[in-house]
Amino acid sequence: MADNTDDDSLYRIKEGDYVVLKRGDIFKAVQIQPKKKVIFEKQWFFLDNAVGQLYSSTFEIVSGILQPQKPKNTESSSDAKEAGTDNRNIVDDGRSQKLTRDDIETLKEQGLKGQEIIQQLIENSSTFRDKTEYAQDKYIKKKKKKYENTVTILKPSCRILAMMYHGREPGKICHLRYDTLAQMLTLANIHAGSKVLVFETCAGLVLGSVMERMGGYGSVIQMYPGGGPVRAGVESFGFPTHFHDMLHEFPICHVNALLAGTLDTTAKDPSAASKQSSMAAEEEQNQPEAEQQGSPEEQSMDTNSGADGGHNQEKEEREKEEREKRKEARAEEKKVKQEEKRKKLAAAAALLEGRNADGLVIASRFHPCPVLMGLLKFLSPSRPFVVYSQYKEPLIECYTKLKEQGGTVNLRLTDTWLRHYQVLPNRTHPVLLMSGGGGYLLSGTTVATDRSKPAGSQRAEEPAPKRLKLTDTEG
Amino acid sequence: MSFVEYSDLIQDGDVAIVYLNHESMVPVKVQQGAQTQTRYGVIRHSTDLIGQRYGSKVTCSKGGWVYVLHPTPELWTVTLPHRTQILYTTDIATITMMLELKPGSIVCESGTGSGSLSHAILRTIAPTGHLHTVEFHQQRAEKAAEEFKEHRVDHLVTVRNQDVCKEGFGVTGVADAVFLDIPSPWEAVRHAKAAMKKQGGRVCSFSPCIEQVQRTCEALADQGFEEISTLEVLLRVHDVRTVSLPLPDFGPDPSAQTQPDSTEKTPPGQASVSLKTTTPPREIPGHTGYLTFATKPRT
Repeated sequence: MADNTDDDSLYRIKEGDYVVLKRGDIFKAVQIQPKKKVIFEKQWFFLDNAVGQLYSSTFEIVSGILQPQKPKNTESSSDAKEAGTDNRNIVDDGRSQKLTRDDIETLKEQGLKGQEIIQQLIENSSTFRDKTEYAQDKYIKKKKKKYENTVTILKPSCRILAMMYHGREPGKICHLRYDTLAQMLTLANIHAGSKVLVFETCAGLVLGSVMERMGGYGSVIQMYPGGGPVRAGVESFGFPTHFHDMLHEFPICHVNALLAGTLDTTAKDPSAASKQSSMAAEEEQNQPEAEQQGSPEEQSMDTNSGADGGHNQEKEEREKEEREKRKEARAEEKKVKQEEKRKKLAAAAALLEGRNADGLVIASRFHPCPVLMGLLKFLSPSRPFVVYSQYKEPLIECYTKLKEQGGTVNLRLTDTWLRHYQVLPNRTHPVLLMSGGGGYLLSGTTVATDRSKPAGSQRAEEPAPKRLKLTDTEG
Repeated sequence: MSFVEYSDLIQDGDVAIVYLNHESMVPVKVQQGAQTQTRYGVIRHSTDLIGQRYGSKVTCSKGGWVYVLHPTPELWTVTLPHRTQILYTTDIATITMMLELKPGSIVCESGTGSGSLSHAILRTIAPTGHLHTVEFHQQRAEKAAEEFKEHRVDHLVTVRNQDVCKEGFGVTGVADAVFLDIPSPWEAVRHAKAAMKKQGGRVCSFSPCIEQVQRTCEALADQGFEEISTLEVLLRVHDVRTVSLPLPDFGPDPSAQTQPDSTEKTPPGQASVSLKTTTPPREIPGHTGYLTFATKPRT
């Protein structure tokens, strides 16, 4: 149970925190750093003043400095509640606003608050009073959006980051819409204590979401293509350090070797060449050391004798020593790094070797079919898997292959539509624009494979109904 | 087995999901000596289930076979006994994300109904979170409590039999998130606020009718909730199939050069192109309900 203390420390913004800036429906993820200039929605400011404030606070931006906003100014309705009933007499002559662009710029330069500028605009609009109440509302809202310079600082979460990525950089996350991501996390039954495989090229957003749902319990193995895993998105979540203890990584280029049992993760790996080079480096290091052993005495003798000629030699000696030391340090560093990488690989391999993972989530720019077929082998029977694709056709192929292969049930190819509503008194309707597509999902459950069935046997395109008929006649 | 923890082997007392075919699954309470009748014949628990691995194929008495699956909230949703209208996985997934549920979350829910959403919440907030669920119908409340015990999640949930609109959730200042699925959610908004942490949190209300949504939004705004947003998520299922489209026969083409080595084509009238595609089901659920979300600011 939650402790009911009045301790706010968890809810206060600290230096180094990863936060999300919000203005209207626009989000941006940043890290709180001293004297760091941030540009957000055509405005620049420093985040220093946010430190120590509570999360979800709204700040006003005054010449680059955040100032905590005063308690909410309630909808400042124009004092004179004058409004027209319709627009029969409103003529668009382009002259209703008496303030010119320059006037407005001047107001801004004078450092007028957004609220004040809007008030000026209303007072100088000849048609405002004739507008209907609703139109007045709309006018004020529109101007607010433009002139109010406030920013809200939020604690990052899967919801916020998924919305941010979808709004800002859909290309980076394969156009995965946030409702689709929500479906994935649920369909894959992601929860604390399980062992989940993730293959994604969505900047780490999917991985981070999976980690958030696991709360630091269990393990996540990120299967990654290429040289290393991309985790920019994971950073933005700002997880506590212990969350990273549950995160492992495994390069997909070693999957075949692992499945065949030929993956070597012992100390003599990763490759003989690199080992040789490190050996060579070691030898190099050893030699100068041997040479140097005599030198300090010589040097001391030199200095004792007070010979002038010794200085240059000494310098050279010292430089040589320095060079050697640097070389040594570099080689040492490389060795440590390689050893670390090997250890990581061995740890991830050990987790995978049991082929008893509890869930599989795939969302990448790669063709999902080979990825799914390759990684499904690591799952225990009776475990869910979810594959995302921006396009439907590759998932049709996955579906067909899985049906041929067997080993899965409950296959479903789905997508979701997301519709937002404007809910206001007498003005309720669906929002005019809706997202055209948030991608497709193929989900299902693994089952024990039929050992009696010879591999690669010719099977009908769609065995399921056929088999049903058979059993039906029996029944 | 538990709804919040996987296990490999089926044990006495587990709830297992028997997968008969694409359309039908049934939940089975595993008991030493018990039997379950299916259209493929009898499943004998002692020999066919207990000690077997989840996900294995079970051959029934008539020679037919079924798969036995480990229960998950999603499988439970499609197999549970309905005591009320229930929430389905598409809405549940959206609710879970938009309420920002995660391990450790404290959640209030009303009504409990058939427990479809409750199981999904419990799965997500385990092992350190807690669910306070309120159901004004006594029998339903009792049945839900019994189910939570059977599913070994009772340590994570408190069921209260009271009217949420009059008496609230039975807790104050503890919840990170509140979910409402009742006929008049606007009457429970202030109770939701009272149940939530002073530092704030998220709230969601599910209503089938837009008038309910309007009243709820008004109540939320009155109580100082922010970021009010209403949305609806619709699931589309695509049936994968191979279709073949016949090609029209325009008769022999005199302008076409007949090549001497041209192989015998399919006789006219039989030419067709087949392709893999998907078709939508003939009917799909066009509406379940509107989901209204809001944020309670710090008070």
